[in-house]
Amino acid sequence: MSTPSSPSFAKAEGANDAAYNPLDETDALLQVKNVTKHFPIKQGILFQRQVGAVRAVDGVSFSLRAGETLGLVGESGCGKSTTGRVITKLLDPTSGDIFFNGRNIADYSRHQMQGVRRDIQMIFQDPYSSLNPRHTIGTIVGAPFRIQGAKTERGIKAEVQDLMARVGLNPEHYNRYPHEFSGGQRQRIGIARAIALRPKLIVCDEPVSALDVSIQAQVVNLLEDLQTEFNLAYVFVAHDLSVVRHIADRVAVMYLGKIMELTDRNTLYESPMHPYTHSLMSAVPVPDPRKEAKRERILLTGDLPSPINPPSGCVFHTRCPKYRSVLSEADQQRCRGEVPLLEIKRPGQLAACHFPEVRADIASGEDAGVTGR
Amino acid sequence: MTKPETDAFLSVRDLRVHFPTADGLVKSVDGLSFDVNRGEILGIVGESGSGKSVTSQAILGLHKGSRARITGEIWLDGTELVGASEEKMRSLRGDKMAMIFQDPLSSMHPFYRVGDQITEAYQVHNKVSKSVAKKRAIEMLDRVGIPNPDKRFDEYPHQFSGGMRQRAMIAMALVCDPKLLIADEPTTALDVTVQAQILDLMRDLQREFNSAIILITHDLGVVAETCDKVVVMYGGQCVETGTVDEIFYEPEMPYAWGLLGSMPRLDRTRQDRLKPIAGQPPSLIQVPKGCVFNPRCAYQDKVPDDMCRTQHPDLVPTGTSASHAVRCHIHPEERRRIWADEIQPTL
Repeated sequence: MSTPSSPSFAKAEGANDAAYNPLDETDALLQVKNVTKHFPIKQGILFQRQVGAVRAVDGVSFSLRAGETLGLVGESGCGKSTTGRVITKLLDPTSGDIFFNGRNIADYSRHQMQGVRRDIQMIFQDPYSSLNPRHTIGTIVGAPFRIQGAKTERGIKAEVQDLMARVGLNPEHYNRYPHEFSGGQRQRIGIARAIALRPKLIVCDEPVSALDVSIQAQVVNLLEDLQTEFNLAYVFVAHDLSVVRHIADRVAVMYLGKIMELTDRNTLYESPMHPYTHSLMSAVPVPDPRKEAKRERILLTGDLPSPINPPSGCVFHTRCPKYRSVLSEADQQRCRGEVPLLEIKRPGQLAACHFPEVRADIASGEDAGVTGR
Repeated sequence: MTKPETDAFLSVRDLRVHFPTADGLVKSVDGLSFDVNRGEILGIVGESGSGKSVTSQAILGLHKGSRARITGEIWLDGTELVGASEEKMRSLRGDKMAMIFQDPLSSMHPFYRVGDQITEAYQVHNKVSKSVAKKRAIEMLDRVGIPNPDKRFDEYPHQFSGGMRQRAMIAMALVCDPKLLIADEPTTALDVTVQAQILDLMRDLQREFNSAIILITHDLGVVAETCDKVVVMYGGQCVETGTVDEIFYEPEMPYAWGLLGSMPRLDRTRQDRLKPIAGQPPSLIQVPKGCVFNPRCAYQDKVPDDMCRTQHPDLVPTGTSASHAVRCHIHPEERRRIWADEIQPTL
């Protein structure tokens, strides 16, 4: 296992040293280094042998500071949820290091994790299946205190009612069951449970995608308020790019288990460098018919390749619009043969691409007018 | 029953779908009217439980045989559907009107080959041999952009990816060249990149077949991209209707303002905070008295005499255009002033 400061990541030449490098930051709250998660595929009845692996997460690195939000976006099957589960150690990584507060928790046992669990919590996507239907809200939200032995039984009730009020639920509903609440209220229960022990990091796995827009906005605002109040760091896993642009400070775009681009939210949306990010952004419909009509769109053809047998070289080359229409034969050869590393292409912007798009003019162009409205 | 004066291809008049339950009468759809012409895409937007899907099921006659009480009129190209027999509905379904569902995996039969399911749909309505039907099915699979349609014809639904399955669903829906297509959240289960492909495909096919499309969705982005007209539903009623431009640039109903304010937007640098609509969607058993939206509405003080809580507002034309109508007690000029001064600048 390497130490947090090991220089295992390539840096592009001429990169601004003062620029923040999220791949190599020693004082981060969470530092994920080269984490992989492969699910073995086995065959045979008595003597099972491994015939392959689903490379759900394949060499992911990023860091997160206290109080900051990192968005993880990508299509389904890109490994964003698995990454979230590996960070919380609901799944053990196949290889790689996860430094939390300076300690490498990648190899921690269940028992060792107990001490860390109060600092790392999770909010799940489905507010229906993530709450035990036979437990009252009091039991559900009080569970973290009981497991960690943090409070007396009487203290727990007072604390739970405080939490319920904090997330916008009526504390008198302490003895109700999950089915008596709507989807948005249930998600609030899940949030109350997650913040119970005042964690430092919460992994939110699609926390609002099951909710209606008007309720979604309530929950997003609640998450933002709690972040300010408790200085929480979020890893925000979502497929909805608009929500991520709103809530995240920095965004990592994933494709087939790898991070394609990692930068702050405005740079990502205004001048993406990776062709995949660019296509992804261009596919999102905007609630503005006139702008919609003018929107430039890059249609990705085909489906996601299988993570069991990912394409050689750059995993995106099979669907890359640039590869298909712009690059020369020699350049294409490079895309097929050489795996691009996630490295600094511009101060503060990292991309895993041999031929990133450099379009500084986009940032200061049309969108600036929109901002001012 | 006489045909209404409108010459629209599909005309829904005062549709009510009520379900008696042990807890009381659930008024899923309560007095809904709209028209769709051929070559037009109508978007129906609303939150879960607003009655969008129940409406589409009523048009297709899928509530027949259930305990639902349906009143009102649905005219499809001169035929009334609410009173039509099940036999009549069966002959229309698939042939004149078809539906695309949200989840293609659960709406295709897992035991039958994709191709056979499409062929069956064609043979039910057309007296043709199996080989002709197969040819037609392969043609459709090819048309919706499925590579190697001959080979894919013999595969099972689980062998298709989500986007491919939705394409196959579309092929199945369009195989008889229906004039009315109802798409119920057709892209909600799909990734944005695939969603863009499917919406493109639907628009192309519509131009090609000149069909009328009803697109049911909760995503205002999809509506802005695809639709010509919009019906905004809340609590089983249409609260605002108009052209897509009217709904997005001159909305007059506080609920529509709330929806626009709730949405985080990709094309904007950060809004400080989203402006959610307070409270929860209404119970359809105890629908609020007066305006359905009044428990969540922030503008009741603009209306005298507590009318919002006592009188049910009618869907009234705004006066600025024939297509735009709103169900709200606030004075039209006041509504336009609030939108222009208070809402639009904050979006």
